[in-house]
Amino acid sequence: MTPPPITLDRVTLRHGRRDIIRDLSGVFAPGSLTALIGPNGSGKTTLLRALTRLHAPARGRIDRGGLARHQIALLPQASAMDRSFPITCRDVVALGMTARLGPFRAIGPSHLDTAEQALASVGMHDHGRRPIGALSAGQFQRVLFARMIVQDAPVLLLDEPFSAVDSTTLTDLLAILRTWHLQGRTIVTVLHDLDLVHDAFLRTLMLCEPPVWGTTAATLTEVNRHRAGLSSRPSWSPRHQHAD
Amino acid sequence: MFDLVLDPFTLPFMRRALAGCLVLSVAAPPLGVFLVLRRMSLMSDVMQHGVLPGIALGAMVGGLSVYAMGFGGVLAGLAIALLAGFLSRRTGGREDSQLAGVYLIALAAGVALVSSQRGIDLTHLLFGSVLAVDDAALFGMAGVATVTVFGLAIIWRPLILESLDPGFMAATGGHGAIWHLSFLALVVLCVVSGFVALGTLMAVGLMMLPAIAARHWSDSLSGQMTMAVVLAILSSVGGLTVAFNLDVPAGPAIVLTAGALWAVSLILGPHASLLRDRRQIG
Repeated sequence: MTPPPITLDRVTLRHGRRDIIRDLSGVFAPGSLTALIGPNGSGKTTLLRALTRLHAPARGRIDRGGLARHQIALLPQASAMDRSFPITCRDVVALGMTARLGPFRAIGPSHLDTAEQALASVGMHDHGRRPIGALSAGQFQRVLFARMIVQDAPVLLLDEPFSAVDSTTLTDLLAILRTWHLQGRTIVTVLHDLDLVHDAFLRTLMLCEPPVWGTTAATLTEVNRHRAGLSSRPSWSPRHQHAD
Repeated sequence: MFDLVLDPFTLPFMRRALAGCLVLSVAAPPLGVFLVLRRMSLMSDVMQHGVLPGIALGAMVGGLSVYAMGFGGVLAGLAIALLAGFLSRRTGGREDSQLAGVYLIALAAGVALVSSQRGIDLTHLLFGSVLAVDDAALFGMAGVATVTVFGLAIIWRPLILESLDPGFMAATGGHGAIWHLSFLALVVLCVVSGFVALGTLMAVGLMMLPAIAARHWSDSLSGQMTMAVVLAILSSVGGLTVAFNLDVPAGPAIVLTAGALWAVSLILGPHASLLRDRRQIG
């Protein structure tokens, strides 16, 4: 699975009259695993929405290399899903296939098997027939990952997928992310935990003015962190004052 | 006891009314279940008031034919649904207050229009009359029920997805608004088709009360749908019996029966009811 590169050419994203991202250019290379970081309000979610065509750029161009809409899967932060809806985990996962099947083509037994397998691979073997209303936050996030597995999209965008999960779930979901990476999918993940970015992501896009985009090692320097307001040390530390 | 239930239905007009209510009992409650799940219960209220001016205008233009009144009602209902959606989009949220404003005006306009005409009995229009269910009305109800059942089957999966996770639907390129509007069109059809037997103010009762009650009987969608239909059928039979024996309008009798079944479900049902399962609903 080698998706085409996704190229951003001087993309400006706007909320109302305010530019949140200005003239962002760069490439999400095929099969790259990128962490998307930045302070609150820096446009991380908006950028993901722009990549999925949910937000139109005010200026500039996003070239998706001919990827169809269903080939870019988005896992939103704090999913808008109605957790009180009377539906089983298996059916939620199976509905992920409608992205490819369209609204009318039948979801048959083989599709339901696929959904069960996806649930098993996120550690939810025996939850297929349980209603989603009974799940913990971590279990629910596992179900959403299972749905992303059956979507089988070459490009995966995840918005803070680990923000509300326990450490066991974090380990399991990270393993799934690595599997996706080994399968050659292009992955962009919004994260807050810089240690996690450092340990698990080769490339990082830091949204600040101007944006920094490159290998994680080159991006996550103290200088850049400081500039983006993400410094893990006190920003007045004299050691870093003159580094610019 | 059995005579009390069976005797009324030896009369032809009671049999027609029963047949009409039974076909509506199959078609309307599943829509009600979706209205409840989509947190749009208020919408059914708006519809029932909104169709009244349309029915009155239909009668003015086309005479006292069921089809003329029904057609006017459907147009008015669709117009209200679109208007409410448009207003809340343009003015930002607060759809409920827009809806309240729209339906109060619609009800007043409807009553004014109906009262200005000779030959229409406002009580029958608002609360229904089993005597008024002629063959034309019965065929109309059966036709609408057929369209509704098939229509719901066609939009079933996208409607579930749009109710469950609209964000996902939008991100995968689905067009949520189409399914939303198709669903509202079915609701309007069902509300209008019930007005002859149940009256415009009561037709929604057969749609909503069994659906609300069904939440206490099942935690699966198909289970809730089935239970809602069963409760609606019981309400129709029970309500028409009461209406005949106590000489009250059919609409309120059927809605009160459905209300009694809801009360029983609320107290005794296996899911999230007062006595059996104290778990909160969603």
